[in-house]
Amino acid sequence: MPNKQSEPAVLFAALGDETRLALVAKLRNGRPSSISELTIGSRVSRQAITKHLRVLQKAGMVHRARAGRQSLFELDPRPIGEMQDYLDQVSKQWDQALERLKAFVEK
Amino acid sequence: MQNRIEKRIELKAPVARVWRALTDYREFGEWFRVALESPFVVGQTARGHILHPGYEHLKMELVVQKIEPEKLFSYTWHPYAVDPNTDYSEETPTLVEFRLEEIATGTLLIVTESGFENIPAHRRDEAFRMNDGGWAQQLKNIENHVTQKA
Repeated sequence: MPNKQSEPAVLFAALGDETRLALVAKLRNGRPSSISELTIGSRVSRQAITKHLRVLQKAGMVHRARAGRQSLFELDPRPIGEMQDYLDQVSKQWDQALERLKAFVEK
Repeated sequence: MQNRIEKRIELKAPVARVWRALTDYREFGEWFRVALESPFVVGQTARGHILHPGYEHLKMELVVQKIEPEKLFSYTWHPYAVDPNTDYSEETPTLVEFRLEEIATGTLLIVTESGFENIPAHRRDEAFRMNDGGWAQQLKNIENHVTQKA
């Protein structure tokens, strides 16, 4: 069952945390990873990682798959693409507004 | 993934000129294309009608945060918060900051907008639609303007 798609505001909020940002970075290579793998090199506990993964799952950014008795987590690239699109839009608006400002003060 | 937008633009105009274009509400309205009704005062709301044909019934609102002459101008706003039936006052707005630096050729302007993670989910789509239509129209306006001048 695919997760329901989340609104970008939920997505931004989900990434508004260093640990979760780091988790997403680790999963970016597309390879499903176990909690143990994701805890390696992290200063936070396994429990904390589990909690953060749950937030990412809820936002639809991470999916859980079973491999035997192990749970693996993998990144869904689509929500990040959506966030990027949204910021790109706002960014474009600023480019246009600033071009008008430039024309205005340089005339 | 960045939660903020940053723009840098070099303007061939003195800092004082750019400062006036940003903080004089009438000049701001000219390039931003909004008819603001009152000057910018720290802590106060400035509102005005958007000037695009077909969008004149829409209002824009911003709350001035900081005015540090020729250095920093900032405000918070709810971009395109236009549904008259919705109370936007409870929502956390995004923060827009304009920073000015003197350079040899004039002024370096750095604009940042931050706080996107706080836009409530139910409003995000609406704001997106508005921006899309509104700004596509704006682009046309500039093109017309530039072509006429050339």
